[in-house]
Parts: sequence; structure tokens; C-alpha cells
Amino acid sequence: MLARMQQQTSAASWVAGHSTMAGDANDEHDRARRFRDAALPHLDDVYTLARYLMRNAADAEDAVQECYLRALRHFDSYRGPAMKPWLLAILRNVCNAEFARRGKQETEPADDERAEATPPIWQEPQASPETALLRQHDGDTIRRLVAALPQPFREAIVMREINDLSYNEIAEVAGVPVGTVMSRLARARSMLRSAWTVAEGAAP
Amino acid sequence: MNCADAEIMLHALIDGELDAGHARDVEAHVATCATCAEELKAVRAMRAAIAQANLKESAPAQLRSRIEAALAVPAARIAAPRQSWLAPLRSSWKTFFGGFTVGTALSAAVAASLVIAVVRNDQNQQIASDVVSAHLRSLQAGHLTDVETSDQHTVKPWFNGKLDVAPPVIDLTAQGFTLIGGRLDYINGQPVASIVYRRRKHVINLFVGEPLGAAVRGVKDESVQGFNIRHWRESGLDLWAVSDIDAGELDEFGEKFTAALHAPGPS
Repeated sequence: MLARMQQQTSAASWVAGHSTMAGDANDEHDRARRFRDAALPHLDDVYTLARYLMRNAADAEDAVQECYLRALRHFDSYRGPAMKPWLLAILRNVCNAEFARRGKQETEPADDERAEATPPIWQEPQASPETALLRQHDGDTIRRLVAALPQPFREAIVMREINDLSYNEIAEVAGVPVGTVMSRLARARSMLRSAWTVAEGAAP
Repeated sequence: MNCADAEIMLHALIDGELDAGHARDVEAHVATCATCAEELKAVRAMRAAIAQANLKESAPAQLRSRIEAALAVPAARIAAPRQSWLAPLRSSWKTFFGGFTVGTALSAAVAASLVIAVVRNDQNQQIASDVVSAHLRSLQAGHLTDVETSDQHTVKPWFNGKLDVAPPVIDLTAQGFTLIGGRLDYINGQPVASIVYRRRKHVINLFVGEPLGAAVRGVKDESVQGFNIRHWRESGLDLWAVSDIDAGELDEFGEKFTAALHAPGPS
């Protein structure tokens, strides 16, 4: 608080940017700038995970904004090395806090809901070997399949396939051992494959 | 290596997470096991499909500008303290964030308020602590008043153009509280008027600003770091009186201020 006050009183020299009298203000400004440079390049990654965790755009945007503000406040405690997993961990906390605030843990979609979420692929004409089949799935369909996964598997697959995190990083973000990450990814992919298999089986 | 292990570890193999030794083990197993070889192929195909689908979302431009504005808090606070009055405060950050449209100037201006909005849980505590900090700072030499006069008609116009509200400036000398000047200050990142009174040798800072934080009903008294704070809302403004005089006297100050505010005649 006092630092902030001093910053205001030294506004003029802060703007000039080279006064030693404005040390605190420069520090804060410098800190904010360093944070922006380090954190903003990961905005798309953070937003993507937020979309898959919150499941709708408005909630995701709120969560991302809260994540960045929270990250800025805690930037002093950031020790690296990787900014992206650090941000994603904060985002995950924000999302969990929001679910807790709503008074419920995220409810998993029931199996029939999950089935409902994926009808288009079953109606597409399917002709061919698996690779061709896979190629026909457009981004929306795959997105729906991923979005329909239960939370632990969904976040693991998103962090691995989209955010491009290592197993170690995913383990840190999710707060689980690396072995758990490996088995969750295996399970997530197996569930995704089942959905595809269903699609194949349903094809005419 | 058996199939059960391989089924899990081939994912790590594909993800490039296995050390050379384990990678060799998995590959050796796959080379002799048709089932696992098929599995490996299928997983690879699926990974390729996911990669091809390019599932990464792009953050909406308006979200990006909102965040950039929020991260520019120090600059915004200095460059545009007046506009930041525009920012409405809501008890819920969700309705708050959803509730305003973002223009470039506005988004920079509301930046300070965004920070306030997301810490709503301890916001009132934060405000009380800000009030005391501002009071303490005002007591340092040369910080008490920007405009020093006992004439309310000098103090009041001094705030013109510095704030988007016209703070009530009332001389209470006759009631035992001497008006000694005014000052522009900041509470929780928002510019507020500080009207400074003296009671015997004690300074009273009366901070006046647009509503900040959760709604207050009636009068809220509290004590922070040995200072008494009297917080109330009046005529659409939030007021905080802070001083080291005792709570009773501070109440008296508040009541006399309110009485004078509503008294007929020019203020």
C-alpha cells in the first residue's frame, strides 16, 4: 500500500522513467512489464484449457482473467523455470474455486449425455480404414469427444495434446504423480478410441 | 514386459517420455505382440487426428485487451485516475466482467477496478487497511493537504476536475471539528477526496468517493491498527472517517457532518 502511494506521488518521475527517486514505482512497473512479457504469450494455451475446464466461453474468459490477475499478484513467488505450467496451475485453481463457489463439484456428464454430445460423427458416411475415418472427423467433433471426457482425463489430454506439456509438468499442475499422469493419458486415449470405434460401428 | 504394462507405456513412448532403456523394452514387446502393435498404431493415428484438428483455441481479442488493460494497472492509475470512476463495482466478478463493454480508453481506465473486483472476499478488509494507510501517510510531513484552507468554498472547487464526483465539503468548526484542507488520495486504487479536519491535536481524514466494495448499511465502525474508522454511505457516496480520536468522538463527527450536510441553506 505504501509503495503504491509512493508510486503515485512520484508519478511525474515515473513517467520520465529514469529518476532514481522513483525506484519503487519503477520496480513495480518493471515487474508488471516482465510479467506481461512472460505470461501473455501463453494466453491462448490458458484460454484453451479454461474452455475445456469451464465448458463455456463466458466462464472461461472470466477464469482466464482471474488467473492472470492472480498470477500477477503472485509473480514474486514465481521461481520458474516454465511459465506455462505455472499459469495453467493457477487457472486450474481458479476453476476449482469457481466450482466450489457454486456449491458443487463439477458434475460429470452422464453416459447418455456424453452420447448425445457426439451424434454428428455417427451420421457421417464412413467408408474406409481407420486412418481415413479419423481424417473425416472435423475439429468440432474431436473437440466434442475430448470435452465429453471426465474431468481428470479431459485435463490430462488437453494439457498433453494441446498445451504440449510434459508428463512432469502435467503432474505438477494436476498435483498427482507422474505415473498417474501416464495412466490417465492412456485411459483418456482409450476412451477417445472407444468413441471412435462406436462411430465406426454405427456407420452404415 | 507384458501387455498390461506395454498398453500404458506405449503412450509414454509416443509422447517421448520414456528413457532409452524403457523405450527399447516397449519397442521390443511391440515387435513381438500383434495386439500391442495394433494398439500403438491406433494411438498414433489418433494423436495425428487430434493434432490435425488443431484444437487450440484463440483467446478472443476483447479478452486479450481486457487482460492487457488489467495488467497495466500502475500506468492506468497514473494516466487516467479520473476515468476510473466510471467503473461500476459489483459484488460478483462474473456479473461485473460480463456487465461492461470494453473500449480502449475505458479498458485502461477500469484496470484498477478489475483488481478490486476479483479480491472481493477480503475487499472490505482491504479497504479498511487502505484507509488507515492513507491516513498514516497523510500524517507524514507535507502530505496532509494539497489545498490548505479552512474555507470550504476554497476546498470544494479544488476537487473540480480531479474527481468525477463533487464531494461535500462542510466546515464544522462551530461543532468542534476544524476544516483544515483537502487532498486527493487513493483507496483501493480509486481516487477519492480526502477532507481533512482537526479535533484538538488530532487529525481526522474524511475520505469520500463513489461506492466502493460491498454495500454498507447504516454505520460501520471498526478499528484497525489502533485507528478508528467510521464508514457510512450517504447521497450515493461512500464515506470513511479515520482518526486516532476515540470511537465516540468519531461518531459525533460523523453525525454532525451528516446533520450539516442535510441542513437547509448553502453548504
